[in-house]
Amino acid sequence: MAINTNIEETSPELERLKKLYADKGFVVTSINNLINWARTGSLHWMTFGLACCAVEMMHVGTPRYDVERFGAAPRASPRHADVLIVAGTLTNKMAAALRKAYDQMPEPRYVISMGSCANGGGYYHYSYSVVRGCDRIIPVDVYVPGCPPTAEGLLYGLLQLQKKIRREGNIKR
Amino acid sequence: MSEQIEMAKAAIEKNCKLNDIDVNLGQLQLSVDPANLILVIDFVKNDPSCEFKQITDIAGVDFPENEKRFEVIYHFLSFRLNLRLRVKTQISEVESLPSITSIFPAANWFEREAFDMYGITFTDHPDLRRILTDYGFEGYPLRKDFPLTGNVEIRYDEIDKKIVHEPVKLQQDFRNFDIQSPWEGTKYLDKEAKESE
Repeated sequence: MAINTNIEETSPELERLKKLYADKGFVVTSINNLINWARTGSLHWMTFGLACCAVEMMHVGTPRYDVERFGAAPRASPRHADVLIVAGTLTNKMAAALRKAYDQMPEPRYVISMGSCANGGGYYHYSYSVVRGCDRIIPVDVYVPGCPPTAEGLLYGLLQLQKKIRREGNIKR
Repeated sequence: MSEQIEMAKAAIEKNCKLNDIDVNLGQLQLSVDPANLILVIDFVKNDPSCEFKQITDIAGVDFPENEKRFEVIYHFLSFRLNLRLRVKTQISEVESLPSITSIFPAANWFEREAFDMYGITFTDHPDLRRILTDYGFEGYPLRKDFPLTGNVEIRYDEIDKKIVHEPVKLQQDFRNFDIQSPWEGTKYLDKEAKESE
């Protein structure tokens, strides 16, 4: 679980409470830590597979890499999802659909841009039909480089996102 | 197999008006005028010595230097005889081809694609509209005079809350990766450097 170093965690009052309840079956922690634990522990991702990156995104869900051990599960509906993984080449025609899916996600929501094409157009940067980076359409939290990134790469990106959520550490949406 | 090619070739030569017929890499290749296209394709589909029952693809090619600018190539496959056939025809920018959807319903989307990419029109097509490019797209992207990066690019406008189309403004100049060797670099750059000295 996250250790938030900048707030009451270290205050003497909290330490006293912790000691008092430690052997009575209770855990004392700050509400920030509790919320961070809940948010980072259930990052259900919206599958937005657009190209070959989608295959690596599938791998990350299989038992070999098993992202579900971090509490994350693929969701087919944006209304169930916490994080949107843009996996592949985003074309002009698809951009409106991507924005729609993003707008349907409940707050707090996060976006992982996966692969060169989603990051900045990649191989198709100069194409007439490709968006030069999905951050032109939706705000992105984590960029995972690679063409395509390995499943480990995406997993690392997901862990970086968890880190980012912990760092923000607030209830505000 | 070569015997079957010869038989198909003889039958087509005998019954169709052709500009040219050839066997290339074990595959038949015809050149026809647009006016004869329907008759030829109907013949090669139904004649027992051909039976090209499947349409594989319709390809377009743009030759801006030619008087008849576009070449349209129909690819067919005969299951029974294990043969392939190409039918080529040329048209200019203002002409249009007859649609072959009455013979091959599968040609519907191929013709739409040719229309989308080259602006080649097909008469009597049931639903000739764009198939691949963005809604409201302008221009024909596979024509040689179409710029590689197109004319518009899109972004989401946070104020208007919608996706907007804007003229292309590249953040980085187009780079030409025309290098002979990744270690030695380009030869033409050396030449330019010497000339400038």
